[in-house]
Amino acid sequence: MDVIFKHSEPGKNRYQIPEPGADDYDPIPGKYLSDASPLPDVTEVEVVRHFTNLSGMNYGVDNGMYPLGSCTMKYNPKINERIASIPSFAGIHPMADPEAVQGCLKVLHELAAYLGEITGMVFSLNPAAGSHGELSGAMVVKKYFQDMGQARHVVLVPDTAHGTNPASAAMCGFTVKEVPSNSDGDVDVEKLKEMLDGDVAAMVLTSPNTLGLFDRNLREIADMLHRNGSLFYGDGANLNAIVGKARMAEMGFDIMHINLHKTFSTPHGGGGPGAGPLGVMEALAKYLPVPIVAQGKDGYYLDYDRPDTIGRIHSFYGNFLIALRAYAYIRSLGPGGVRNIAETAVLNANYLLASLKGLYHLPVERRCMHEFVLSDRDMPNGVTTNDISKRILDYGFYSPTVYFPLHIEGAIMIEPTETETKDSLDAFIRVMAEIRREAYEEPEKVKNAPQTTPVKRVDPVIAARRPVLVWEG
Amino acid sequence: MYTSITDKEKKEMLGVIGAASVEELFADIPESIAMKGSLDLPGSLSEMELEAHVGALGSMNRQVAGFIGAGAYDHYIPAAVDQLSGRSEFYTSYTPYQAEVSQGTLIAIFEYQTLVARLTGMDIANASLYDGATAVAESVLMSMRANGRKKVVVSGALHPNYRSVMKTYSWASDRLYHEVPHRAGVTDADLLRESIDDSVACVVVQNPNFFGSLEDIEAIAAAAHSAGAHCIVCVAEPLSLGILKNPGEMGADIVCGEGQGFGNPVGFGGPMLGMLAARKEFMRRIPGRLVGRTLDADGKTAYVLTLQAREQHIRRDRATSNICTNQGLCALRAVIYLCIVGNRLRELARLNHARASYLRRRLLDVGFRKMSDAPYFNEFTVAHERAVSIRKGLLEQGFSFGLPLGDYYPGMEDSLLVCVTEKNTVEQIDLLVSKIQDLVRG
Repeated sequence: MDVIFKHSEPGKNRYQIPEPGADDYDPIPGKYLSDASPLPDVTEVEVVRHFTNLSGMNYGVDNGMYPLGSCTMKYNPKINERIASIPSFAGIHPMADPEAVQGCLKVLHELAAYLGEITGMVFSLNPAAGSHGELSGAMVVKKYFQDMGQARHVVLVPDTAHGTNPASAAMCGFTVKEVPSNSDGDVDVEKLKEMLDGDVAAMVLTSPNTLGLFDRNLREIADMLHRNGSLFYGDGANLNAIVGKARMAEMGFDIMHINLHKTFSTPHGGGGPGAGPLGVMEALAKYLPVPIVAQGKDGYYLDYDRPDTIGRIHSFYGNFLIALRAYAYIRSLGPGGVRNIAETAVLNANYLLASLKGLYHLPVERRCMHEFVLSDRDMPNGVTTNDISKRILDYGFYSPTVYFPLHIEGAIMIEPTETETKDSLDAFIRVMAEIRREAYEEPEKVKNAPQTTPVKRVDPVIAARRPVLVWEG
Repeated sequence: MYTSITDKEKKEMLGVIGAASVEELFADIPESIAMKGSLDLPGSLSEMELEAHVGALGSMNRQVAGFIGAGAYDHYIPAAVDQLSGRSEFYTSYTPYQAEVSQGTLIAIFEYQTLVARLTGMDIANASLYDGATAVAESVLMSMRANGRKKVVVSGALHPNYRSVMKTYSWASDRLYHEVPHRAGVTDADLLRESIDDSVACVVVQNPNFFGSLEDIEAIAAAAHSAGAHCIVCVAEPLSLGILKNPGEMGADIVCGEGQGFGNPVGFGGPMLGMLAARKEFMRRIPGRLVGRTLDADGKTAYVLTLQAREQHIRRDRATSNICTNQGLCALRAVIYLCIVGNRLRELARLNHARASYLRRRLLDVGFRKMSDAPYFNEFTVAHERAVSIRKGLLEQGFSFGLPLGDYYPGMEDSLLVCVTEKNTVEQIDLLVSKIQDLVRG
């Protein structure tokens, strides 16, 4: 499809701007002004058709199952979108007086309390994304050891970790060392023991991990770290598996972030906005980024008077309208509904696992939590994970996360989430069985996939070799 | 509840799994950790109850006639922006990893990158960052990666919140932060020049600056370049790009800032839209997602996430940044907005400026003092010895009049940063001024 710029013709745009109704009393001197016309000159009808047609070239959770592992692509309730658009929230200015924004502050205060109840930690809602929460968490680690007068330079990250974990630690000047997993998919405790010394500031672990497994040595790892004077950071990306079933605090974590867009179902928006609240154990609460919403005798207020804070990390207070959706989600579910998230997500994932493990190689033979990882190891005729993921698109599903985690060759990471029906799980199983059959009997079908999508298989190499990042006519 | 497994289905599924109960699936969680009781959360609400409950919370906020900008600009949003960005094929999708079924998002981001690059006068732009403050912080880190220097020189007329975030990032990444005070609401060019030496990676200046004034970017860029440093221009009010000479033309190497004003609501400060654009030599150092043009298997034009070797999921601890998601939906809203308004953006910018100048003139007539004679766009700083009480009186009458600057600049307790957009009609401005007159007299 053409870019909008191809429709541009001088004079087409008829969008009406009101008359100023006032003279310009202080004209801006000419040397500051430009007369360039950098924007497309198109009609409203063209714009509407262009973006409507673009939306038809996209696939979202509302189109069908989106088993993108580790991204928790669950249904986003429509009521939450309506709530986030009401003017008494969407139209509130962040710099308005505290007495005029009590509703916003109450939402933030209560959401922080709910997240506290769910995890056992104290929260700052400032981080705008999971990666932003992680970065703030790494800053808390840094500040903590600065205050302790200890120079610790190393952050340990398992080989199963998300790429953001080492990247966030590195941005705070830490040296990252990788801890291997054992053949059961748990952290190799013996290796970890060898790596622990006075230079280790923290270890980051996703719980359950990115293989979808709950590390059976978790408490032991936490104790080892704490005995070593190190902090334990929990990446809450996979909170969906344990929400209402176990608390991160009781697992021994000191710091964590939550991806509200995953567990609490705010839309992923084609790649954001998300929200990544940062939680810490009480003893570390003084380091949380400011402001913190507090409750005083005159109502709620933004507390900046926190001398030990790492500082401010966002223009304002984080992604409020995302927090509002998450608030609405938790209120609609209640305690039973929240627990039901984890129970159904784990049931759905295990059902898929049990149904697919005879068809595809399963690197770690264990029951899973909310997701699991297969691989292309046993595929015949040179069929790869990439081929399988493209063929899945032909059958009307989105694809799992592929080639992650990195230590599993040809990984296919599947997370159905709790909002899929058994019918859609069964349909996905049939598709995976059919693709396996094709790999044996008609491999070209898989290797040349997709065929039914708006464009055929896209070549990433051409894009990277001579990058074209803007339209130049 | 949005799960839909029936009891009968659950039984069948457990049969296939070979488990007696759902509880058994959680067996790896040790007894000592597993939650015993139920969460202490409020009970579940039906959709109708939820809407009423949240509506009541909303009514605890006061909707007022606003004259505050300061990094969040309340512009009119054309209906098409809500309608089109509300198509769930856009908003229920994720980062376009599978390009073949994500061309909608990819093309929209490619268009966004193009428009941001054009408006800022840069060669390239990324697919967006979290907000204005983190966009500035990331710009500084990018500059430092490029020239290997460790010190940033920052204008004191940069948004105070942005400066706070930069200080946090500078401390965390062991970089040096140096601030140059403003003089009467504009960056002090002489002090700035004196602060720049060959240890300085970049100079950061906002335009229009936090006080609303236009800076002499050409002089600041020249000062930066003479010491081999980059000039980073931050734009917090993107509408200003509709009328002002673009930062690239004035010598900026990197342009960053806040894009919220393009089609996104103020939303109590988030989600916002971090913009980052740069000259092409930064292409392989820029943080965040980038969409590039390519071909599909049939040789047809297609779009794809590109230059991913910069990113955390490939490069891990050696990535250009830890950024993973962007603000895709906000960027989509911005690109739809810019297509709908098109080059009428200039007219809209003129309207904003004209009404701002009208209010400023009326305020000077009723006894406010101006901060400077520097040209401004749609925001300006004025002072009055009774500014605080006037503001308070106006709030009770439904006007949110200006941001008091005392919290940000000690000694400026009498000063207000006032913003006017197209949503502030002349009638509303006249009413505001008459209320101010009453309060001044009373």
